[in-house]
Amino acid sequence: MLSLGSGGGKPVKPSFVSYVTPEEIKSTERETSRKEKHPDLLPGEVVFCSTNPVLKYTQDDVSQRGIFGTLVCTNFRIAFVSDEAPSEEQAQLFKNKLYGENDIPLTCVDHIYGGYDEKKKLITGGLVRNKYPSKIIIHCKDLRVFQFSLTYAKEEEAKKIFQGIIHHSLEPKSLKCIFAFSYCEKATATPEIHRTPRTVMFDTVEDWTQEMKRTKGNCKVVSANENFSLSQKLPQFFIMPTAVLDEDMTKFEGKGLPIWCWSHHSGCALFKTASLPLMQEDGYSQAYKIYMERMLNAVAQTHLYSVKTEELSDTLPTIQDIQQSYSRFKQFFLIDNTTEFWLSDMKWFSSLENSGWLDIIRQCLQKAVEVVECLEKENTNVLIMEEAGSDLCCVISSLVQLMLDPYCRTLAGFQSLVQKEWVAGGHSFLDRCNHVHQKDKEFQSPVFLLFLECVWQLLQQHGPAFQFSETYLTVLSDSVHVPVFGTFLFNSPYHRATVMKNDSPQTQRGPLNCPEVWDWSLQFERKAQDLFTNPLYAEKPKQDKGARRTYRPKHQRQLSLPSSAFKTPPKKGFFKEETDSLKKMLRVKRISRWLHSPDSAQASTREFYEAWQRKPLDYHSLILPCLDGPAMRVWMQRYLRWIHEVQIFGGGAITVMSKLADLVGEVQELRRELERQACRADSNHQRAAASHRSSVRLSSSFPFATSRVWSFKPAIPTSLLQSLMITGGLADQDDEDGETLGVV
Amino acid sequence: MASASIPAYSSNALENSSTKNASRESLKMEPLSDMPLLPGEERVIDKDIIYICPFSGAVKGKVVITNYRLYFRSVEAEPVVTFDVPLGTISRVEKMGGASSRGENSYGLDITCKDMRNLRFALKQEGHSRRDIFDILFRHAFPLSHGLQLFAFLSQEKFEENGWNVYNPMQEFRRQGLPNDSWRITFLNENYELCDTYPALLAVPFKASDEDLRKVATFRSRGRIPVLSWIHPEKQAVITRCSQPLVGMSGKRNRDDERYLDLIREANGGTSKLTIFDARPNVNAVANKATGGGYEGEDYQNAELVFLDIHNIHVMRESLKKLKDIVYPHVEEAHWLSSLESTHWLEHVKLVLAGAIQVADKVSSGQSVLVHCSDGWDRTAQLTSLSMLMLDSFYRTLHGFQVLLQKEWLGFGHKFGSRIGHGDKNHADADRSPIFLQFIDCVWQMTKQFPTAFEFNDRLLLTVLDHLYSCRFGTFLYNCESARDANEVKTKTVSLWSLVNSDRSSYINPFYTMESSRVLYPVASMRHLELWVGYYIRWNPRIRHQSPVEQRYRELLALKDQYLKKLEELQLSGSAPRLSNSTAPSPASPTQRVTHMHTPF
Repeated sequence: MLSLGSGGGKPVKPSFVSYVTPEEIKSTERETSRKEKHPDLLPGEVVFCSTNPVLKYTQDDVSQRGIFGTLVCTNFRIAFVSDEAPSEEQAQLFKNKLYGENDIPLTCVDHIYGGYDEKKKLITGGLVRNKYPSKIIIHCKDLRVFQFSLTYAKEEEAKKIFQGIIHHSLEPKSLKCIFAFSYCEKATATPEIHRTPRTVMFDTVEDWTQEMKRTKGNCKVVSANENFSLSQKLPQFFIMPTAVLDEDMTKFEGKGLPIWCWSHHSGCALFKTASLPLMQEDGYSQAYKIYMERMLNAVAQTHLYSVKTEELSDTLPTIQDIQQSYSRFKQFFLIDNTTEFWLSDMKWFSSLENSGWLDIIRQCLQKAVEVVECLEKENTNVLIMEEAGSDLCCVISSLVQLMLDPYCRTLAGFQSLVQKEWVAGGHSFLDRCNHVHQKDKEFQSPVFLLFLECVWQLLQQHGPAFQFSETYLTVLSDSVHVPVFGTFLFNSPYHRATVMKNDSPQTQRGPLNCPEVWDWSLQFERKAQDLFTNPLYAEKPKQDKGARRTYRPKHQRQLSLPSSAFKTPPKKGFFKEETDSLKKMLRVKRISRWLHSPDSAQASTREFYEAWQRKPLDYHSLILPCLDGPAMRVWMQRYLRWIHEVQIFGGGAITVMSKLADLVGEVQELRRELERQACRADSNHQRAAASHRSSVRLSSSFPFATSRVWSFKPAIPTSLLQSLMITGGLADQDDEDGETLGVV
Repeated sequence: MASASIPAYSSNALENSSTKNASRESLKMEPLSDMPLLPGEERVIDKDIIYICPFSGAVKGKVVITNYRLYFRSVEAEPVVTFDVPLGTISRVEKMGGASSRGENSYGLDITCKDMRNLRFALKQEGHSRRDIFDILFRHAFPLSHGLQLFAFLSQEKFEENGWNVYNPMQEFRRQGLPNDSWRITFLNENYELCDTYPALLAVPFKASDEDLRKVATFRSRGRIPVLSWIHPEKQAVITRCSQPLVGMSGKRNRDDERYLDLIREANGGTSKLTIFDARPNVNAVANKATGGGYEGEDYQNAELVFLDIHNIHVMRESLKKLKDIVYPHVEEAHWLSSLESTHWLEHVKLVLAGAIQVADKVSSGQSVLVHCSDGWDRTAQLTSLSMLMLDSFYRTLHGFQVLLQKEWLGFGHKFGSRIGHGDKNHADADRSPIFLQFIDCVWQMTKQFPTAFEFNDRLLLTVLDHLYSCRFGTFLYNCESARDANEVKTKTVSLWSLVNSDRSSYINPFYTMESSRVLYPVASMRHLELWVGYYIRWNPRIRHQSPVEQRYRELLALKDQYLKKLEELQLSGSAPRLSNSTAPSPASPTQRVTHMHTPF
């Protein structure tokens, strides 16, 4: 128990951030004796250490003070529990049930800085012996920034909590130490809520068969990898071109094997593969080349003997590029203080450009459009490849499906897509997210986030085409760093299977089973989940002649594109020329269509986009992104939500969306009422009054960052003076007319 | 029947959608006989011409020039390309190439417009084929330079509403609760003798006599004395505006001016200081002393001076020029963001907004302010009108916004005539500057940040900007009220607000939610400011302009009405249960009727 009398607070030198100086805090208000409070622990959660009093600096508070409370480190999170009783008002609509607004899941910690007097130092772990900082600054992967002052706690305690936090959130640990494993051992299995339509997990033959049927593909489902004997990277079940021979499947550990992603209604399909990097010419590589030709031939046979291949690493950034770019980009949003914010505001656009992040997003979308063009316009099979076959392949194949297949733009369809391409597709979530804090960070890269960013661009350009909302994407991007779900914890289905199996001998409960992120009720109440749906989305009207017919108009639409099939097919520097022998094998005519190409890929996709744009827009058909500079935007909700300076109080796009959502609700209610009335002959039933959601004032960062205090104070940009450096004579010739003044 | 589909970029005047269903048949009989003509509009010339479209290449067609517009329609291209440019929009007409120029389509005309586009036409290189069209275009595009009348004076248009009645200064003062104990309305400037660029009615401190006003006028540039623009309904804090004091190099004082400013401060009971916002950068204010101007020095005892660092009209003009370079005809690709930054356009928008926020913040905290720049008709108008939009929800209505423009911009003599150069051939005039456009951009940024707070929509802003140049209406003609009176604008021309108010529903924002006592503070951070693509890049067919949100909302509203009606019917008929019998098709889901959201502007 600590006491903090009037002289209890140690005077500290003003540090680089001073929202509050200890003198300002009326310590008399505070109780003299305090009790350490702990958060409500989750099943399997254990407290490692805790300290009180710790001061949490509040950024979003006009009164310029901090809050005293207890800083706790558990095996799940770093939690700050305020000494003050939570007020009723603080009850948030959008409360996460697993962690609160002052909690940081350990896997969500991005960087920790120590504030030593005037300096801010990055803490890298290991080197913290005796000296502990007066202040801890934590940057989170969901872009929150926390600042805690340790100067009020006893030295011993402060040191302990500091070292605890550093140890548990920065030091390398084994996968088993991740909270999910303690959680799922202790947590009572929640009854699986069967939502219709459900998310397809793609862990059974039936799921794949069904998907094949849905897209009317003509490839074969393979179960040969059921025990991961074929490949440890491939899922247990997958789909390949029918023409691939069984004996070819076992060669090269699954490398080069064309894995089916999706079939276009014309019959052509998209495949992906992990390619073997060939360094030198030797027997092995020679054998691989011949093998690859057979594979390409098999792909080509799927539809009209045509195939285009694309080595993604030739034109897209590497995972290291992606990581570096994102590191630069996210810095703009991890704001420690107001001065820093307004200073960085001046060079915002060029900084944004220099980070290269938007450009990487654009490149991915561009590549996806190129593939879409092949499938949609030229009806050519496409095989995309990269070394692992599970990074950019996942990005591109998922984006292609999102653009072409309206089912993928529904909530269930999108989640199934992520399961198919990313989870079953063996994206190395563990390595890419670095959940276990490996010192070697070369594998870390926000590839999945990059995909969500691309989806967000599509969503903001074609809102009515998506059933899910921006908020859904933001929450999904946060959930990657919540160490409770099995979805983002492993490197492949094989990895998951082995980890889960080996773990269980001492318990009698059989293999462990982590919850999936798709069980949203674990994180949010039903009401909060309503925010996941996009009020702009309009379901496809059901046509009288059954669902089959819905594909017809698409065909016509496709045919009415400029008939450039023979004029401008191929593009330079994009789809690779195939080897001579392959050319011999395939019909020469087909190949000549895409071998010599005058225009660049960009020009061709531009034409494709413009042709598409001239058609009436159908949100239940193909959608393409506009890739021009002004169309590429920053995902404001995700990146700006915690920054107090840019919150628009009572404004933001959300004000329109919530009005729209209210109206959708009203209309739905009316329709139900109408149906009730229509069914029942007795019309005594009174119509329920259309319920208006009380018009609460929202802020632009809704539903995140609740602002307790309604700010009446506008944010006035500081440092305006350094701003414009207008050179030349214009600024000097101030007199607006150049006339001399008449009256003196 | 070939139905012409018109690309989004081809039609200019938003209300002229009648051309959409023009049939090709009629085209053969008389050239463009079906083109829209306004009452009072007369065809002057028509000609076969080639339009060099920056997006789709050369297009053969016919051009018609009237005393109001230039109208083009393609003859062979599919889809049909048409566009319709009011001659007032043209800032410059140039000959391109000569009789001996080689190369296809190298001989013709190059037209620069004030609304962010250029038009190029090519003609056959024989017999001076362009001479007549060039001469006619030049005369009619710049009528004032050729002794002709602006089209607004020739127009015979009639509307249900008379837009000249929108603004009545006395009524607006009364709405604000004026006159009151501290403020009086003076008719001193009734004949524009005190200040020829000010309105006839002025609100001044009750304690200031007419004689005081005359004395103050000698010390303020062009006699633009501090007068009231807006008063806070509860706190009685005021926004006053004026021009710079004539301090000069020697640092002259004027006790009358000092006392007058103190009267303004005192008029609002409790405040100890009057805040003077000088819109200019500090250095510019200092530099102005050399030409006899300057800023309030330390002699003003109970005043604090704040510089808002907004640059002058020349800087803004160059900034917009740079912006045009990167968006027209093609949007800069390689370094879009840094190019955008280097135009500084949004940075200027930020500074203007940030200035207005500071003004609004001061006033809502109960302190009176005085805003000026050099002459008090450019930056000052921006700041006072923007802060009034933030403070007073009346100005955020369709009617209130018209009042705001009439009052703060037209009444207080923003020099529209000079800034836009109506009917004047001198395209390089240093007096031209997009100050009003910049203001509309700021308003747009605010509507973007508060999509439910404004009763009007983007379309109103676009319409205002289109007719800022078009010269079809008298509203924006001339430099000040006295000049408009002298030219009998109110009796001889039609007001833009006649057009708008006769078709109110087109300009209404469906999401508008009235919240009367709410102060809006936009966030003046580059993170939230965006380029107004719907204006600056609207001629580019690649950029989609329409927002599906508004349409979806309207569709839902319609569906709601439909359901309500059906329910009513059901309840009336008592036991008629069959839904399928009712008039409208029964939708299986509330949203399913909505399939096509494609509404070209």
